[in-house]
Amino acid sequence: MNTIEIQNLSKVYPDGTKALNNVSFNVKPGEAVVLLGHNGSGKSTLFRCITSFEKPTEGQIKIDGVNITKLSKGKLRPIRKKVGMVFQHFNLINNLSVFQNVLSGAMGKVRFAFQTFAPLASKELRREAMECLERVGLSDLAKRRADQLSGGQQQRVAIARMLMQNPQVVLADEPIASLDPKAGREVMDLLWEIVRERGLTVVCILHQMDIAKEYGDRIVALKSGKVVIDDHIHDLNDELMASLYEKEMVEEEDKENIMAAVKVGGM
Amino acid sequence: MGQRSLHKNNDPSKWDKDMPSRWTPPSFVTWLLSVVFIAFMISGLNNANVTLERLSGGAFNMGKFLGSALPPDTSRTSAILSSIVQTFEIALVGTVFGVLLSLPVAILASSNTTPHPIIRHGTRSIVSMMRTIPDLIWALIFVISVGLGPLAGILTIIVDTIGFCARFFSERIEEIEKGPSQALESTGASRLGIISGSVIPIGFPSFVGTSLFAIEKAIRSAVILGLVGAGGIGVELNTAMSLRRFDEALMIIILIFIVVLIVEQISTAIRKKVI
Repeated sequence: MNTIEIQNLSKVYPDGTKALNNVSFNVKPGEAVVLLGHNGSGKSTLFRCITSFEKPTEGQIKIDGVNITKLSKGKLRPIRKKVGMVFQHFNLINNLSVFQNVLSGAMGKVRFAFQTFAPLASKELRREAMECLERVGLSDLAKRRADQLSGGQQQRVAIARMLMQNPQVVLADEPIASLDPKAGREVMDLLWEIVRERGLTVVCILHQMDIAKEYGDRIVALKSGKVVIDDHIHDLNDELMASLYEKEMVEEEDKENIMAAVKVGGM
Repeated sequence: MGQRSLHKNNDPSKWDKDMPSRWTPPSFVTWLLSVVFIAFMISGLNNANVTLERLSGGAFNMGKFLGSALPPDTSRTSAILSSIVQTFEIALVGTVFGVLLSLPVAILASSNTTPHPIIRHGTRSIVSMMRTIPDLIWALIFVISVGLGPLAGILTIIVDTIGFCARFFSERIEEIEKGPSQALESTGASRLGIISGSVIPIGFPSFVGTSLFAIEKAIRSAVILGLVGAGGIGVELNTAMSLRRFDEALMIIILIFIVVLIVEQISTAIRKKVI
């Protein structure tokens, strides 16, 4: 059975923008899929649909065989526990300690939320949080406030928080887009190491093609809300890959030319 | 670029009909509002019965008051101080309970944390009612219901604090960025988990700042509440004034001034540290 199944997914926003147009693909257990596409290609919308922060207009998404598109927030919780997320902007709680941020990752596991608050958490949970921090190499910074860390460190704390959740699936939304290239590499390496050693399924949004090729097992590329590439990393057609961005560039240029012409005409 | 030169050959007066005029006559509504405004101004000044005689007489009486108030009477300082302490306690207890109640109220009243939009509207209306009815009127109501004394004052401050804090807490909660809450939601956290684990910690510094403003506000209003019998220094001031013991009244005013000043200094210092 596929871990994630996306079938005929479409999303039309109230203003008529068609963000997703009949998108279908599957992710097998333990597979690392990189989702590529430029701004406005629909990849963020697709991601928000997979994470249920947005409802698609049509089609369905199955995670572990459960269709999540029609579930209420309460019914989604058991699915969410299985799915860990890493965000572009880390989404840590800045004025809390690194330790507390990691502990919060266990919120889905405990009965009451207060059981993840650092002063009240059980000894096992506190130890587990330190282990997760150790795994990302930051156990010595546990006492620091989250916003005192560098971007790369913050993303590693976010990965530790995701580990605390003990997920089967990892969804990463541009995890390195707000990091410098060196820190970005480190974060990708760490994330992939962890994912491989635990045999997790990953869907990772990226916009850098070279990194996508380097890390992904498979690449799914979106353009104007449609899947234009869905290939195993070894079967990739370089020309097609190149066209993914080049064509858009040409279109952008055209648009700019038209805009310029309109401006001059209006003066 | 050819298009630009086309424009040069055009007659510039062509667009005159679309050019905004230098002055547009005000609309009927503006006229009406101005007339009503001026009418109230004239009537208000008339009713106040302002005459040169009264103003000069007022200045003279003020001088007489100061004359009999100076030097301030220090004989009852300890009694006055204990009253001021009571006032401070009314303000403190009222603000603490008010702030504690404001937090859940604000959560119910914020669009991103409310369980249902109807509940949000309901709590918002109650909070704005608490805020729009002046504290002296609340004090009168509570004096009637629980009798004279500090309890009426405390209840008044609680209501006043909720009206103030719940509104600002809720505004802060609605501004909170979605990301950290979504991060917790994605771990499978409950609604209460998300609120207690991300919304409250993120808003905390702002909540503390608002609460400190609330206590400054509460001290000032607790002083006044005594005038309608809700306990504290206001009662002393009222008595001293009506018995025309102006030297004692001045002493009370000076002490109030000092205490309010101290509280404001302390709260400013704490606020700077937290934010």
